[in-house]
Amino acid sequence: MLYRTPTGMSRRHFMTHLAGASALAGSAMAMGHSLTTHASELRRNRKSAILLWMGGGPSTIDLWDLKPGAATGGPFKPIATAGDMQICEHLPQVAKVMDRLSIVRSMSTREADHQRGRYYMHTGYVPNPSVDYPSYGAVVAHELHSQRPELEIPPFVSIGGESEGPGFLGMAWSPFGVDSNGQVRDLQMGLPADRVSQRMQALQLLESNFIDDKRGSIADEHAKVLQKTLNLMTSKQMEAFNVNREEASAQQRYGQNNFGRGCLMARRLVEIGVPFIEVDLGGWDNHQNIFPTLKDQRLPMMDQAMSALVEDLTQRGMLQDTAIIWMGEFGRTPRINGNAGRDHWARSWSVVVGGAGLKGGLTVGKTNEDGTRVEGDSFSSEDLMATVCHSLGISLETNFTARNGRPMKIANSGKLIKDLVT
Amino acid sequence: MLIKQKVSPLIFATILFVTSIALGQAQREDRIQIPQVVKINELMEQSWSDQEVDPSSPAEDGEWCRRLFLDVLGRIPTVDELVDFTGDKSPNKHEALVDRLLYDDRYTEQFARNWTTIWTNLLIGRTGGNDQNSMISRPGMQKFLRDSFARNKPYDKMVYELVTATGTTAPNTANFNGATNFLIDKVNEETAAQATAATSRIFLGLQIQCTQCHNHPFNDWKQQKYWEMNAFFRQTRSLRNSAATGGPLGPELVDQDFAGESGNPEEADIFYELRNGLVKVAFPVFVEGQVAKKSGYLNEVNRRVLLGEFMLKSPHLSKAMINRTWAHFLGFGFTKPIDDLGPHKPPSHPEVLEYLADEFRSSQYDVRRLIKWISLSRPYSLSSKPNSTNAKDDPLLGDAPKFSRYYMRQMQAEQLYESLVVATQADNLSGSYEERERMKNQWLQQFSRTFGTDEGDESTSFNGTIPQVLMMFNGELIRQATSGTNQTLIDLIVNDPKKSNREKVDYLFLAGLARRAKNDEWVLANQFVEARRGNAVDALKDLWWVVLNSNEFIFNH
Repeated sequence: MLYRTPTGMSRRHFMTHLAGASALAGSAMAMGHSLTTHASELRRNRKSAILLWMGGGPSTIDLWDLKPGAATGGPFKPIATAGDMQICEHLPQVAKVMDRLSIVRSMSTREADHQRGRYYMHTGYVPNPSVDYPSYGAVVAHELHSQRPELEIPPFVSIGGESEGPGFLGMAWSPFGVDSNGQVRDLQMGLPADRVSQRMQALQLLESNFIDDKRGSIADEHAKVLQKTLNLMTSKQMEAFNVNREEASAQQRYGQNNFGRGCLMARRLVEIGVPFIEVDLGGWDNHQNIFPTLKDQRLPMMDQAMSALVEDLTQRGMLQDTAIIWMGEFGRTPRINGNAGRDHWARSWSVVVGGAGLKGGLTVGKTNEDGTRVEGDSFSSEDLMATVCHSLGISLETNFTARNGRPMKIANSGKLIKDLVT
Repeated sequence: MLIKQKVSPLIFATILFVTSIALGQAQREDRIQIPQVVKINELMEQSWSDQEVDPSSPAEDGEWCRRLFLDVLGRIPTVDELVDFTGDKSPNKHEALVDRLLYDDRYTEQFARNWTTIWTNLLIGRTGGNDQNSMISRPGMQKFLRDSFARNKPYDKMVYELVTATGTTAPNTANFNGATNFLIDKVNEETAAQATAATSRIFLGLQIQCTQCHNHPFNDWKQQKYWEMNAFFRQTRSLRNSAATGGPLGPELVDQDFAGESGNPEEADIFYELRNGLVKVAFPVFVEGQVAKKSGYLNEVNRRVLLGEFMLKSPHLSKAMINRTWAHFLGFGFTKPIDDLGPHKPPSHPEVLEYLADEFRSSQYDVRRLIKWISLSRPYSLSSKPNSTNAKDDPLLGDAPKFSRYYMRQMQAEQLYESLVVATQADNLSGSYEERERMKNQWLQQFSRTFGTDEGDESTSFNGTIPQVLMMFNGELIRQATSGTNQTLIDLIVNDPKKSNREKVDYLFLAGLARRAKNDEWVLANQFVEARRGNAVDALKDLWWVVLNSNEFIFNH
């Protein structure tokens, strides 16, 4: 057994030191999935997705599918947009980019509890105690990561929220959570490279010895996450998190708040090749006093950042490769409660999508005159997920193998929303 | 620099560890004679044979000792505690150790701290009370729980006190009752939806929250049942600033006369809406059918007190606690999730669940005895390594657990914190109990996030992901533990002139992993020293860092 004291160790060297550990983890990794797509189809895929997650359940009847005149329509008025639809008067800047986004007004789901709704909208599956399904970000990262060999930071980043986990794909596909200030804790070891490298080599030995006991796949997962962490610690790409590097005017345009900074960070991450980014804007669980909260707090912030993101991606020629998804866990009741609020409502609500070749400026589906039900065909979380995956060049024939050995089609066999697909 | 020859493990003076006791063979000769343990083992052995799996061999003594400390006290054992146990030749040493952790005064505070942590997280979450505006007093909740667990208060009494509590939430306020912290922020908003859901779920294992809005699609719970349970909480209010009896002001949980939604306190009704728009009326009726008087006047009926009494008689009270405690020790419960024991969820081992529930009730809900039965049972004694018949017995694969081996799992954030404190002896600067809890809580915040919804749900990033690894690689706690200042363990060990390097290396492995270094690890340690040009102190510090960062350390196995 030879051991060289390294000098001027580079990142690549560290990688090789840990490679042994991940090679041992290989069999477990193979268990996680089996890819049945055509590699050629995916080669050169540079696509990414940004999910704008509206935690708490946004009142889509007040934003995207207004019912002026209906008893439960609320006080907001519709305004014209650059697309073929009207939206809420308090989203004037978003209105100007609606030629690039489309509204699906016929979402109809069954999960009106936060936790269940969050899980369902992120995975395309209802919670099931025996199978832990992977979320959007994990699925997309898993499918596109192999085509981004240059990417040193995690392929699934969640800004300002925790998103949902990687399920049976394993911890290595977990969202990397950061705050919108871009600061990542404990990034530096503060030791000379040779000592870092010695530590890593020794760690590899202990990890492998324990993995050899075959006590469970989480031991292998640990080794994989170690490697990802080391990649990130030594990567210049971490600069992408530093939104303060942007021109002051850009920071102004997006908005000097968490959501604005998060959206700006998302664009920076797309630029270096991160395939999936989720940006959280919470505060939509408006059981009380919904209208002042929307008008004075949620909508101005969202209007500014969301429109800035679409404009910026357009100007940089990136929108054609970047899918944008705006959604929450459900909508809110087409009925105003005793506290001047709206409660949870999943039966008829809206989401907004665009970019990555999805058609903009359209509305898909509709609800009845007071917004209480969908008229005609409705769409589900799995349909939306299938459509987004398709736009990213991920084959809907992709199968995963869950830990129990059962094959599972990507996006729970959702059907394409054809109107959005060119 | 290259080390050309094969490095001999004997490069250091190899005085064999004086107390060289085999940590290995742990043939559990001592079949525990406690009747409850005998019965659990009988039932489990029957189920293994029915399911055609052989249980794994017994865990090594060191492993078993480590898991027991983690589960009962919330931390790993010190080297002294470990060697005391592994060196003990007496046949009943397992039972003796369990008794020591449960009943010896030296461990009372640590025992109470661990179970207080677990129950605080359960009752108010990891973030409850952290927000400036919160009515919850985290120290108040902890004080109540700590008193309960330190005195081994019967579990049914503890639950009754939590469900019926009135008083202020914060210590040192007039009329203080820490138990109020469970409900203080769950009764005001949305007609006590959270109080209804949390009480049913945590103490009875019944998930009725979905039936708030509709009949449950898969089980027998009807919307009516939810609102009848909900009616028990409608006399209760949280007052943000109580003007109670002259003491400092603070949030207070009180019961008041309830006029009912139609304004007739003689028959204090509540209304709810069916999905088809019809409105129905509800009065307090317990999930098992016991009916309360309809009056909203407190002097006629205190609805929460009545609810507490109904709960004391419910068979679900005992079952839910058994499932929770079993899952705490064995990694999985008899149902998944563990707090769903509804009629649609057949448990994996109904006989064990029923038997233990009966025994727990007969024992007057003695939590320590329950812990003793489970921790001395055969399933808890098994190795986490699979054998040729049970490799597929892994509930992560989706099937029901067979408990034919110990399921490895990651430590909780609190267990890691306490283990690092012990393993590094970084504790000698510590202040009072409250001060320590405050520091721990502050450290935990980096991993906690709330979703800001009406349910107050939250998540942790201490789940094996990158932020956790970064903390273990580079965080302040680890830096302190491995830098060798302030009389930390590493400082004491690496500078101990009486210990050989082999002893020092073994000591670090025992402290972190409850075993000695294997041969290849010992070779590596020598290479460390060589690479550091003979500076054994620095080399051992790096080795300690490696031990603490290994999968074997972070997992309870």
